[in-house]
Amino acid sequence: MARVELSSKKLHSEFIKKVAEISGQNIYQCYQCGKCSAGCPMCFAMDVLPNQIIRLAQLGLEDEIASSKTIWLCASCLTCDARCPKGVDLSRIMEAMRLLTLRINKNHIEPSKMSTETLAELPAIALVSSFRKLTS
Amino acid sequence: MYKLMQNIETAHAQKALVIGGGIAGIQAALDIADAGYQVVLVERTPSIGGHMIQYAEVFPTLDCPQCIMTPKMVEVSQHPNIKLLTYAEVKNVSGKAGHFKIEILQKSRRVDHTKCTGCGACWQKCPGKADSEYNAGVSERTAIYIPFPQAVPAKPVIDTKHCRYIHYQIFMANKTEGKKPPECRICEKICPVNAIDWEQQDTIVTEEVGAIVVATGFDLMPLNQIPGYGIDPDIINGIQFERLLSPGGPTAGVVKRLSDGKIPREVVFISCCGSRDPEHGVAYCSRVCCMYLAKQAMLYKNAVPDGQAYVFYIDTRTTGKGYEEFLQRGIEEGTLYLRGKVSRVYRDRDKLKVIGVDTLSSRKVEISCDMVVLAMAILPSNGNGKLFSLLGIETDIDGFVTESHHKFHPMETAVDGIFVAGVAQGPKDIPDSVAQGSGAAGKVLALFSRARLKPQEPVKV
Amino acid sequence: MELSYYPGCTIKTRARNFEDSAMAVLHELGVNMVELPRWNCCGTVYSLADDDLVHHIASVRNLMHVRKQGHEKVVTLCAFCYNTLHRANDIMRDNAEKRFAINSFMDEEAAYEGQVSVSHLLQVLRDDIGLEKISAKVQKPLDGLKIASYYGCTLLRPKSAAIDNPENPTILQSLVKALGGTPIEFPFATECCGSFQVVDNRDFVNERAYEIINSAVKNGAEAIIVSCPLCEFNLRQAQVKLKQKYTDFKGLPILYFTQIMALSFGLDIKINDFELNSTETQEWLKKEKLVV
Repeated sequence: MARVELSSKKLHSEFIKKVAEISGQNIYQCYQCGKCSAGCPMCFAMDVLPNQIIRLAQLGLEDEIASSKTIWLCASCLTCDARCPKGVDLSRIMEAMRLLTLRINKNHIEPSKMSTETLAELPAIALVSSFRKLTS
Repeated sequence: MYKLMQNIETAHAQKALVIGGGIAGIQAALDIADAGYQVVLVERTPSIGGHMIQYAEVFPTLDCPQCIMTPKMVEVSQHPNIKLLTYAEVKNVSGKAGHFKIEILQKSRRVDHTKCTGCGACWQKCPGKADSEYNAGVSERTAIYIPFPQAVPAKPVIDTKHCRYIHYQIFMANKTEGKKPPECRICEKICPVNAIDWEQQDTIVTEEVGAIVVATGFDLMPLNQIPGYGIDPDIINGIQFERLLSPGGPTAGVVKRLSDGKIPREVVFISCCGSRDPEHGVAYCSRVCCMYLAKQAMLYKNAVPDGQAYVFYIDTRTTGKGYEEFLQRGIEEGTLYLRGKVSRVYRDRDKLKVIGVDTLSSRKVEISCDMVVLAMAILPSNGNGKLFSLLGIETDIDGFVTESHHKFHPMETAVDGIFVAGVAQGPKDIPDSVAQGSGAAGKVLALFSRARLKPQEPVKV
Repeated sequence: MELSYYPGCTIKTRARNFEDSAMAVLHELGVNMVELPRWNCCGTVYSLADDDLVHHIASVRNLMHVRKQGHEKVVTLCAFCYNTLHRANDIMRDNAEKRFAINSFMDEEAAYEGQVSVSHLLQVLRDDIGLEKISAKVQKPLDGLKIASYYGCTLLRPKSAAIDNPENPTILQSLVKALGGTPIEFPFATECCGSFQVVDNRDFVNERAYEIINSAVKNGAEAIIVSCPLCEFNLRQAQVKLKQKYTDFKGLPILYFTQIMALSFGLDIKINDFELNSTETQEWLKKEKLVV
């Protein structure tokens, strides 16, 4: 595990500022209790725990956030929001982090590459919501 | 801002009122009484002792609190300068420092304590049942009862809500519909000295005091206030677990599940339930839970040597003398500390499923355990609000008494002559409560001693 | 009673069984659901970005049209639509700045300030019709059938949109009881099914379905009722794969709550469109003699 260098510049980078702005959350309000991770239904498939995503943001480590699977596996179920003792809306933070990739026109899923069988099988509610969440 | 006393008349009441008979109140009362002044100690439950007398062993020395407290409690009851009023509440306060007029409601016990010898025949035969407050609901008591064997006074009261004869009297007076309750009166029949007095009324005791010490203590946040932790007989709070651990307790110190009486082999302790939780509970830290959970885990391991204790924590706050060493001992003796909170606890047949996380190892963890102990937040004692407004003292947003200066006057309130000690001022452990009890007593004694001198010039600050 | 009704996309296509059974049941209960004219897709998900207004427009347009329709309350069947419309409505009601921006953008419509209230059918059944009236319509009680109520997320989170206690909801269980069934409590009733992740991460959604269905089975359930077409799809489609992967996996029939209402009311079986439920569900219905 490589050493990370922390600096004021990294802690307050554009990425971090934008995450706070788009989510409307104060990432420093999180005291890393982990209750969000404990209750997250998609946690089993994630590489980085939800609370660690906030920790990476607190440390300014935006590359590790952007390359994680975690933010794309979030189902926006809001269980973390409901349980967080500090009132941090982690789902909004996850959304903000996804949007910082999606808004530069980088889709996470490619509707055009989906097979006709898949498109036929999935109900509208699944397709539309996934396009909204995971494409630009 | 603290105001200096102005012109106290020399003939002020040489008496102090202490409200609350827990360890802080007991200490304050003894210190003032030992200095030669009169003290009235008012306690709303049938006995003094507060919460400390409920614990199994106290950290970090693992002393037995019943053993160390009872000499103090007996001293209070026998001290020539202390008038002990239990089962009583302060109803009205007027006046000012040096001359407070107090009205105290002495609730009717329906037992004449001047005749009663505390022999116990009545409570052994009483058929009435209620949840035992002393045992935190883990077991029941009778309607005529002393709360615990070392109660001071060791003479009973009749709990009219659960007394069958009282129900009978109400039924007959109101000619209510339905089945007539039995005309019980067993206690009256069995008492060898005729101490039962059904006609005994509530009385008002008036006192004039020169100073007041508020030592009203705390209650725990209700178990169901934090989402995710279900209501279940095997999900209990710290005080209930103390009663299970206590050798003099309802299970004679055998740690048993409340659901089926089996010995739990895996127990999960969860810190910060309600504390440090501005969203669902209170923002502050309750200060003592890290230590008492460590202690309870150790005592559990002692009682069930092949059992496993887990403690879910966010931080470990062990700032007192000997505390950090105590915690490390517990960890080295095998209590597994998991850094993270628990999202949910739910029942799965005869087990409880705990869904939590260990942030140190980045793992979501699941434990199928037998019992869960929640460290619920410490709150100001129930029903304090009315008393505090009667006294005119200020409280903070959490309901604890506000000191007149956070650093330099921690036991003085906004009202001259009224002092505070113990958890009524904020969560703290026993040594700090005792220290504040003595500190408040010191303030009272200073006030009283000043009154023996010439009246002072008024001083503006 | 007449109510404005917002169907949403999936109700009209894959979840026709939800709509048809609901309409028949409501007709029995004397409720006239007037479909919102020219409704559009609500957008499915509520945007969680503070600076995103454009994704609320679809929902708000619908709410404006409910007003135009002359109604003060709109009812949905789909729990997801309920959640999205409800939260968009809250913005229009509570956030002056965003309200102004959205109204200015949609200036061809009358300004909207959150005057409409958004309800889910379960709220109407509980609060406006009442369980007693529903019980009274039961012709073929469910004979103690053990039914687990799966709520999912959107009816209960966030707190501002919750139709019941988010940790311990009881509304579906009360309904099951009123219909003569035995409500089964199980700890995964409010745990997320994986939602839209089924598109790109079907295997993970299948694992979620495994936990949810297993938990219901372990607690004695014979069937699961749902109120969201996405939950229904996720829990239904997982079962074939799960039976292949886990040899001890016992699937469960998945039904909409309106379908068991229709069955217990003794209505014409055809209105339930059971062919849209899984084949296993249809076989189970035959076995239990719920359909002839």
